[in-house]
Amino acid sequence: MGLLTGLRDSITRATDRLFSAEDPKRIGIYGPPNAGKTTLANRIARDWTGDAIGPESHVPHETRRARRKEGVEIERNGKSVTIDVVDTPGVTTKVDYEEFLEYDMEEEDAVRRSREATEGVAEAMHWLREDVDGVIYVLDSAEDPFTQVNTMLVGIIESRDLPVLIFANKIDLEESNVQRVASAFPQHETVPLSALEGENMDEVYDKIAEYFG
Amino acid sequence: MSEMPEATAPTDDAGGVQIDLISGERMEGLASMEKIRIILDGVHDGNIVILEEGLTPEEESRLIEVTMTEIDPDGFNGIEIETYPKSDAQDTSLLGRIMGQEDTAKLTVIGPANQIETLHKDETLISALVSRK
Repeated sequence: MGLLTGLRDSITRATDRLFSAEDPKRIGIYGPPNAGKTTLANRIARDWTGDAIGPESHVPHETRRARRKEGVEIERNGKSVTIDVVDTPGVTTKVDYEEFLEYDMEEEDAVRRSREATEGVAEAMHWLREDVDGVIYVLDSAEDPFTQVNTMLVGIIESRDLPVLIFANKIDLEESNVQRVASAFPQHETVPLSALEGENMDEVYDKIAEYFG
Repeated sequence: MSEMPEATAPTDDAGGVQIDLISGERMEGLASMEKIRIILDGVHDGNIVILEEGLTPEEESRLIEVTMTEIDPDGFNGIEIETYPKSDAQDTSLLGRIMGQEDTAKLTVIGPANQIETLHKDETLISALVSRK
């Protein structure tokens, strides 16, 4: 009888853990190619777990599979929030393998990369519809934010009522224009940062804890 | 699915660009995948597809996903899609969306990525350059 009670208690504890409000939320890092999503994901993962998530590159579509880092515990103001960070492939509506040839790539490699990139984008869209609880939308603040992909993706995120933060990345670049990013998405909070240089990461973590904790 | 009549398209050697302007009424009642098929079949043929009332965000998400699965390094390299950017005034409230009042009606232009180039876009004007195949 004692054994059964013990078993029941441990099952109850396990299901409580599974369905408790304390469950780590899956936060998807989304944005167009080359916005610095993986650099940001690596920065977050290294700061709080010591490990990286994936390789970074200036060649578009370096990330061609969604990668998840589980249980990233972020401490802010004496409290801690735990999230799963999902780094996703950059979203686009077109992939032309010839663009990769400009990066000294053999044709065969460029074709393979473009095939993998298209699969990656489809995968990212699937994650967005099914598997994330919140979104960090990363933009290169030196680029024009008024693009169709940005408009559509933010619209898709809004239609799912997911909490979203806009990250204006690459503020270390001279051409960076954070105000332009903020004015493109006035309905959301924009946080400036340089994931590469680690600039303004305190505010980044404050906002992550506030929005996704 | 309602019948999509065969357009009397000119032969390829006529060298023109076909533009299909699809009314909201025509798309009404179609399933999401039927709408996406109409769009992508047109774009695969090198046509410019203009939707009077656009797609829902969910449908846009699926359009991107299906487009990706159909990209072929030997031919089709994706789509260019343009709608007017959403202005604050059009922002529908959560309550509105729950009540089914989501306003997705926005003119949308879709074409083959290698044939259409957006020259200018603002909240009231989309200007695009369309070239032949």
